[in-house]
Amino acid sequence: MDVPPGRRAAIVAGLRTPFARSGTVLRDVPAVALARHAARELLYRAELDGREVDQVIWGQVVPSVLVPNVAREVSLLPQFPRTIPAYSLNRACASSAQAVADAHDQIVQGFADVVLAGGVESLSDVPILHSRGMTRILMDASKAKSLAARLATFARIRPKDLIPVAPAIAEPSTGESMGQSAEKMAKENAIPRREQDEIALRSHQRAAAATVDGRLTAEIAPWFGGKGMDEPVTSDNGIRSDTSIGALSALKPVFDRRYGTVTAGNSSPLTDGAAGVLVMAEEKAKALGYAPLAYVKAYAVAAVDPGWQLLQGPAYAVPKVLERAGLTWKDLGLVEIHEAFASQVLSNIQVWGSKAWADRLGLKGPVGDVDWSITNVSGGSIAIGHPFGATGARIVTQLANEMTRRNVQFGLISICAQGGMGMAMILERA
Amino acid sequence: MPVFRIERDGDVALLVLDVPGAPVNTLNRDARAEFSTLLPQLAADGSVKAVVLISGKPENFIAGADIEEFTGLKTADEAAALSRMGQELIQRIEDFPKPVVAAIHGACLGGGCELAMACTWRVATDHPKTVIGLPETMLGILPGAGGTVRMPRLIGLRAALDIILAGKSERAAKAFKLGLIDELVHPAILRQTAVAAARRLATSGPPTRDPRPAGLLAWALDRTKPGRALVARMARKAVLKKTLGNYPAQPRAIDVILTGLNQGPAAGYRAEHVAFGDLAVTDVSRKLVALFFADTALKKDDPANGAQAILVRRLGVLGAGFMGASIAGTAVTQAEVEARMKDADLKAVGHGIKAATGIVDGRLARRRITRSEADRLRALISGSEQYVGFRNCELVIEAVYEDLEVKRKVLKEVEEATGPHTIFATNTSTIPISLIGAQATRPTQVIGMHFFSPVDKMPLLEVIPTDRTSAETIATAVSFGRRMGKKVVVVKDHPGFWVNRILTPYLNEAGRLLAEGTPVDQLDRVLLKTGFPVGPAALLDEVGLVVAQKAGKVMHEAFGARLEPAPLLGTLLADQRQGRKNGRGFYHYHDGHKIGVDDSVYDLLGVHPKPRDPKEIEQRCLYAMLNEAAMAFAEGVVRSPRDGDMASIFGIGFPPFRGGPLRMIDDVGAANVVKTLEELTAKFGPRFTPAPSLVQMAKDGSRYYPA
Repeated sequence: MDVPPGRRAAIVAGLRTPFARSGTVLRDVPAVALARHAARELLYRAELDGREVDQVIWGQVVPSVLVPNVAREVSLLPQFPRTIPAYSLNRACASSAQAVADAHDQIVQGFADVVLAGGVESLSDVPILHSRGMTRILMDASKAKSLAARLATFARIRPKDLIPVAPAIAEPSTGESMGQSAEKMAKENAIPRREQDEIALRSHQRAAAATVDGRLTAEIAPWFGGKGMDEPVTSDNGIRSDTSIGALSALKPVFDRRYGTVTAGNSSPLTDGAAGVLVMAEEKAKALGYAPLAYVKAYAVAAVDPGWQLLQGPAYAVPKVLERAGLTWKDLGLVEIHEAFASQVLSNIQVWGSKAWADRLGLKGPVGDVDWSITNVSGGSIAIGHPFGATGARIVTQLANEMTRRNVQFGLISICAQGGMGMAMILERA
Repeated sequence: MPVFRIERDGDVALLVLDVPGAPVNTLNRDARAEFSTLLPQLAADGSVKAVVLISGKPENFIAGADIEEFTGLKTADEAAALSRMGQELIQRIEDFPKPVVAAIHGACLGGGCELAMACTWRVATDHPKTVIGLPETMLGILPGAGGTVRMPRLIGLRAALDIILAGKSERAAKAFKLGLIDELVHPAILRQTAVAAARRLATSGPPTRDPRPAGLLAWALDRTKPGRALVARMARKAVLKKTLGNYPAQPRAIDVILTGLNQGPAAGYRAEHVAFGDLAVTDVSRKLVALFFADTALKKDDPANGAQAILVRRLGVLGAGFMGASIAGTAVTQAEVEARMKDADLKAVGHGIKAATGIVDGRLARRRITRSEADRLRALISGSEQYVGFRNCELVIEAVYEDLEVKRKVLKEVEEATGPHTIFATNTSTIPISLIGAQATRPTQVIGMHFFSPVDKMPLLEVIPTDRTSAETIATAVSFGRRMGKKVVVVKDHPGFWVNRILTPYLNEAGRLLAEGTPVDQLDRVLLKTGFPVGPAALLDEVGLVVAQKAGKVMHEAFGARLEPAPLLGTLLADQRQGRKNGRGFYHYHDGHKIGVDDSVYDLLGVHPKPRDPKEIEQRCLYAMLNEAAMAFAEGVVRSPRDGDMASIFGIGFPPFRGGPLRMIDDVGAANVVKTLEELTAKFGPRFTPAPSLVQMAKDGSRYYPA
């Protein structure tokens, strides 16, 4: 990637809400409220004057019909001037990583100095739709001129019209659900159940440790829950410090009850949460007195045929980003792999280590072998949770902070996404 | 310079009122005179088919009559004549041979409203600045230019009483609903809509108004004689309950309105100007008018001698308890600043955010703001358990536990957590500001801001600079207090400041009376009749007996035997009575509401309740306060008699129609006050010893205010 000299995009700070399993503590909170909370607290935490922000970019995968552009609602927080342009984007599970990438582009191009990037998802707040028949009847009724005409319209309602339509996490192109894809990958790539459960166990153990020692909680703005707002939520509620291989292996497979290996335990849960990242031009950050955590070095996005292995996008994206950054796997001091499913993580790792794959891509050798001592060091999406739109920003922050703590020069992010997409990003220190 | 200019839009003449050199239009002498000459000209001009009355001010129609003129009125006849003149002028609009359309944007009050009601048609803007009403009774008078006759005819008896008796101003949307306004439009098309209406009326004759929905009951109450009599009887009862006979304008207004409805407009106008004349020269009206001017002067006052205030955009609030949350919520709703709260633990912070948000919700529930405005205001309130977001605060107000060491500790923390420009304000009622700020590293940026509870309702703020406080800090505290909607009085850093200083002997005396067996309800009733909004026993319950005892102790230590508290608070506290806070005090409480005297308090105090001479009750409490006010004033606690009186009225609820304690001393006469105090001293002890300054004033006949 050709970066004009002097323009680098710095990760200055990141903050998120606690991630909560859907239907739990954030059940009654609209996604927009989570997004605004994360953004506002990030602004305060950074002690930044809202007038400094040039743009707001926010990711969301399942937007509310009532708030189609959540980014604008964030930029209309009263802490900001009302004149900050904002857009929402959808790169599926990589949405807020894409928001950070877009922020990088705007800054590098010189179109912005300060961008607030982030993402949100509330899977407690998904739109439930009427059936097409019911929708037609309601629209006709709203156009009816008299009460009699309106009643006549309603008289058309049949029981089947009353069945609501909930959006499924399924591929429109294949009809296959995300879980079925993960199950298929486990089988095609011969990923044993035991290895998947070990991935899950490590995710929980590391996230629990990072919660106890404060590395994760430092990235969380407490949420004031409860009717009286006096039940503060300060950490993620999906992390199980007490889980074990025994407990995980006792779980029944969900997507293929007879031959399957993908369970609720080795998959990321449906989650509510929001995360934000403050991205600034290097000079601007320094002028405002910030010590940047890291810089965006490069990013890459790729897509595979969804009918093949839906979550193998990183197989292409990761070698691509390394090439763009002019780095090799060995240069990486930290790696963050998004854990949609343990079977997907293991499939990604398998392909990166594969000579055959390297040959297919025309690489000199395999992308690299994962070293777990520097990979997902404070847990991943299986334990922490996966609010689709917010995960990318969560990972960017977690990686940037850990790179600072360990004084690591290069860190990699790999995220698989719906539609066969994969996104990878490299952060660098100093 | 002329007050009116005439613009033309084809066959419609626009009469544009723009009082030169004034921010708002009033119907002053010049306006009235010009109006009288312009009307016949417009009537005679054949090219003019209709007239539109509009204001040349950007955000004001007509604010009312020129109140300055009232103060010159000497006799009831003079005042009645002024009223009659106003009635006749406005009658000429009603009798004008061509349609007259009022185009209203901004305040349309008093005489402005009366003028508008005489027009053929009224168009107003649906803008928050557009308010319509008759506030006259708040000045102890009544609408004197036909308002009492026209309003009930236009919107019905009940709605008219509602506005006139409370001196209310209605927002445009409500006024439209009531029928006070005929068309409601966006400000950008006010003028063209009014012109179009005028032209329409000129060609098609008298207007037809959309009927406002009413029912049989509304018809019976507003339109029939027995119905009106019933409404009037209920209104009289309500007014008496509220004013206890201290404010004559309200009952008189009911009489006048009924006369106009039952005996016809002519009789109504006659009754109106006679009543106006009588009321305008009452002592009550004089005091309320003086208060209006004092209030205006206080708003313009510059206690910082020209120093520039820092514009506060972000407010830090320490302590998320009831007081801190109320300060945050009020700051957000009134001044629209960011309020960042901090308390020791997140539970308390969340609780405080919830309470602060409650003030926004309350305004939404009363429809003072829209849902989206409420959302925006709520988003201004946030907080955490650390000094996060404090760095850029221009002002931090602490409302932590009332303890010197705690306050010093938070001052130190704030100085470390904030930027070099941040001002630290302490909300204390008893601790000297100079002690809190003694070890400050930025002593020029330490000041006291004493709010009164409940902050969203109590109108007063005492600002207390120390010797080291900079003028810029004073200016900022005063200006921010005003943005919070407060009447701001700068007082000296002296124990109790002004309000608690003069309140202490009053409450002490009330405590003694109770300890001597005065019935709780009698004590409160007597002082309500005196004109206080709450009786002293109810006030003690409200403030909380813990706080009252603590404050009483501090004042006793500072001023000695004169302010020795009555011993009963300790007895009550030992019996777990903390006042309304825990639902046990002098009164019984149910769900936080007072429901009657708790008779068991007499046994606790070892007394048999026996009614006492009401005059003794009033004198002991009131004169203790007057005497203390004289002493505090002599010590320079307030900067002027006006400040002292305003602080007393808005901080304690000192009867407004008495003008404040210092004004009252002038009215009663210092010599008489001294005499009463000497009698009280003889009967009840040396705590009533007259203040030396009063004795001096009695001797040389001097006063607080010029006679």
